[in-house]
Amino acid sequence: MNIKIKALKKSLWVYHVSGGSCNNCDIEILDCLTPKFDIERFGMVLVGSPRHADVLLCTGIVNKKCVERVKEVYKQTAKPCVVVAIGSCACSGGMFRDGYQMGGPLDKIIPVDVYIPGCPPKPEAMIAGIVKVLEKLK
Amino acid sequence: MSALYIFLSFVMVFLSFSICGMLAMWIDRKLTARLQFRVGPPWYQNFADFIKLIGKETLIPEKANAFMFVASPVLGLIATTIAGTIILFISRTDTGFPADAIIVLYLLAVPSIAIILGGSASGNVLAAVGISREMKLLLGYELPFICALVISAIKSGTTTSLGSIIQFQQQNGMILGSFSGVIGFIIGVLALQGKLGLVPFDLAEAEGEIAGGSLIEYSGILLGLFKLTKAILFIAGPLFLISLYLGGFSLSSITGIISGILKYILILVLFILIRNTNPRLRIDQTLRLFWGWLTLLGFAGILLAIVGW
Ligand code: SF4
Repeated sequence: MNIKIKALKKSLWVYHVSGGSCNNCDIEILDCLTPKFDIERFGMVLVGSPRHADVLLCTGIVNKKCVERVKEVYKQTAKPCVVVAIGSCACSGGMFRDGYQMGGPLDKIIPVDVYIPGCPPKPEAMIAGIVKVLEKLK
Repeated sequence: MSALYIFLSFVMVFLSFSICGMLAMWIDRKLTARLQFRVGPPWYQNFADFIKLIGKETLIPEKANAFMFVASPVLGLIATTIAGTIILFISRTDTGFPADAIIVLYLLAVPSIAIILGGSASGNVLAAVGISREMKLLLGYELPFICALVISAIKSGTTTSLGSIIQFQQQNGMILGSFSGVIGFIIGVLALQGKLGLVPFDLAEAEGEIAGGSLIEYSGILLGLFKLTKAILFIAGPLFLISLYLGGFSLSSITGIISGILKYILILVLFILIRNTNPRLRIDQTLRLFWGWLTLLGFAGILLAIVGW
């Protein structure tokens, strides 16, 4: 394992992509940054631009309007990057899978590395998911 | 003063300032985290960030002016390192030159100008908002910062060479010990806070509103260079203030080095306290603070310095 990957593991900058979520998953993501969970101790910070990001946290079913945008955000992200599908919606479509506005699920649009199911998933589950990402990076 | 000496001190300042600056930024992050009852990142965090950014892909946007986009982070980095070299080595009384404090003042403004150039070269709308804020911020803090320099220059017998300012303080005690010195120091700390883009004045990078601001299109090593510039500025800026008000940083003896580090920590703690007890100011509030209260205070300080207080 070389030093760049080691550094990447210690400093994951996350960018949050909402593809038409109900906003509940997004609030749980912000929960991870609160003093109780404090993911900054693992070097993770929320950044404002996909250019700075190492991890894309995608929530929501990715509705038809969002498909192009999510693709574009993925293209704009500096590689190597990891895509995490957060919530049942992003993983499979969840309760909206038969909806007329369904454009996803996420893995039909961009390659997904980790799935974190739950509606919404707990912050603990997200941290566990990120640990799986770290194992995957080589 | 040979060219080799200058080159060696340049390289030494580059290495030592970037390492110390990253550690100082870590202290800042860690203390901020502790004040919010969090654990905070480990000590190597900023180094890991930088190495990671070197390994990432560097994207140059289609609409960007590629030359300016790549050149501006390098420009900022070189300018801050030269400023650091002048403050730490060249301004010694035997090698210094007249008015080097003014040159340092100019050089310390270059990183902000580099951000403005790079942001405008990237051709992004949000970056345009960011650089317009950065420009106003630059115009704002530069005036009080000049006042701070003028106060110190008048107090030390109307000289603008850093070497003689430091020598004056070695003979007559720190300038901070006088009324006008206290005023100048307060202004200097606040202006530096703006220069470093720390929290009450971080409107140019506002993540929530304009997504990273002027740096929005930067990725990979170019972003890393901006972070490195900030780390070096994190040392060079306070060191400039120490030379002007706290009697300078002596490298010749152990006690000199220790007292220099203590002075630096004093300024760092002031930064962190101001940063953690204030919310971000709007651009109009920032300008009113800098051009209104602080400039008036600065003029008052200059008058006091002229009458000798
Ligand atoms: S998974 Fe549940 S909480 Fe998350 S966006 Fe979908 S419906 Fe909302």
